[in-house]
Amino acid sequence: METLQILVVDDEPGMLTGVQRALRSLRLVLAEVQTEVDFTVETAASGELALERIEAHRPDILLLDHKLPGISGLDVLERIAARKSDILTIMITAYASLETAVTAIKQGAYDFLAKPFTPGELKATVHKAASNLVHTRQARKLAQEKRRIRFDVISVLVHELKAPLAAVEGYLSILRDGIAGEDPALQHKMIARCGERMDGMRKLIVDMLDLTRIESGQKARTLSRVDVAEIARKVMDNCQAAAAGRGINLMLTGPEILAMTADAGEIEIVLNNLVTNAIKYNRDGGRVEILLNQTDCRVTLAVRDTGIGLTEEEAARLFQDFVRIKKTETRNIPGSGLGLSIVKKIAYLYEGNVDVESQPGQGSTFTVTLHNEPEVHHH
Amino acid sequence: MNPTRQNPVTILLVDDDPDFLCQMELQLRNAGYAVTTAADCREAEAQLAQAPPDLAVLDLMMDHPDDGFALCYHIKKKNPATPVILVTAVTSETGLEFDAATEEEKSWIRADAMLNKPVRFEQLTREIERLLRK
Repeated sequence: METLQILVVDDEPGMLTGVQRALRSLRLVLAEVQTEVDFTVETAASGELALERIEAHRPDILLLDHKLPGISGLDVLERIAARKSDILTIMITAYASLETAVTAIKQGAYDFLAKPFTPGELKATVHKAASNLVHTRQARKLAQEKRRIRFDVISVLVHELKAPLAAVEGYLSILRDGIAGEDPALQHKMIARCGERMDGMRKLIVDMLDLTRIESGQKARTLSRVDVAEIARKVMDNCQAAAAGRGINLMLTGPEILAMTADAGEIEIVLNNLVTNAIKYNRDGGRVEILLNQTDCRVTLAVRDTGIGLTEEEAARLFQDFVRIKKTETRNIPGSGLGLSIVKKIAYLYEGNVDVESQPGQGSTFTVTLHNEPEVHHH
Repeated sequence: MNPTRQNPVTILLVDDDPDFLCQMELQLRNAGYAVTTAADCREAEAQLAQAPPDLAVLDLMMDHPDDGFALCYHIKKKNPATPVILVTAVTSETGLEFDAATEEEKSWIRADAMLNKPVRFEQLTREIERLLRK
């Protein structure tokens, strides 16, 4: 519900009360922008009073009589135009004077209404103006919001890239200036850190590209019958080395074959991100279980770990872009902060969702639920 | 950096960013300071209990967003004369402007200087020398 303020300016008291009566109970439904609008109506008996009122109350719509005792309606219009407010003016012209109407429109009035008019004509004109006003404001708000989000994303991205860049630069200048001395082990350690930080940057850039492609619908999708179990085995193979390095056991539970209509690449990204996380945030010697399941028209991919777990507050923030949970246990774990955003966006492509259940210190289970189109049979 | 000193100045460096910690330690050592490092509050407290430093350089946001403040408070409580420099990426991480510019802010924050990350080494040593001369 939005309430627009109307100011009626006329020197005829009968006119003011008439307009007030007609508009006070007016209630408009603007379906396209899902907004209901009602009105408060104020009055002014002269142009001078009108300008005072405008200054003090900032009305949204002005019903302005052309012929006023002091300064004229056109004078008022001129002064409003000079103030660059977004007030919409409907000029009321006496004697259906076309000339005045044209002048008013040229000076920035939104519409005009010729005296005498019926309550129905008045309401129709106000409806049009209100609709225009609400649309313009919503469009402006949306554009602002879009610019803000874009700015936020770019600021975060810049920050996330600046940090590793500064780290690599620092190591290079230390190596160049010979500050670290001649210890080859230390030099190797610094070179290795440069590599790690640059891997992180590359991962961030790739994830960012994936995310924007998915969000903007630019990513070409190839939907076909794929075997999710097969993809899961492939992901496990790819993650085996990282898991073995920390003594973590990877397991797969579920049907031998799980057919669904999907883009194989997307399913691989989802499983890969979840399994990589489950390894990264696990304890040494822990366990990662992939659980595949199929019901009528749903496929669930769950990944359970025995890692550090999440508090409720952490779990609530987890799926936002760039969010990484900062605590002692996560200090030295690299990540772009986009992995789960990508998982979530892909799940949405399948009318699905992603959820997390977790116990701090015990582990987490991430469950992705996807809608599975029943197989199309050709006859 | 200051060859006229009898004993090297000891600096406690606390930061959860391993790259920053490693680089600043090497740079400061190379410049003639004695450096001890800690990656979190607990380690820092242990270092402080063992040997109070001549000056401390603390990261503001570590495991908790205000670890630097807490640590700074402890140091100042025990040794009010020990200069403390807070280093922070808080501006770029949270969008909050942070600077101990006025006397009131300084008395509240209790740190002697605040530097925004990324911190250049020359900038850090300039602050260190300025605070040691006081």
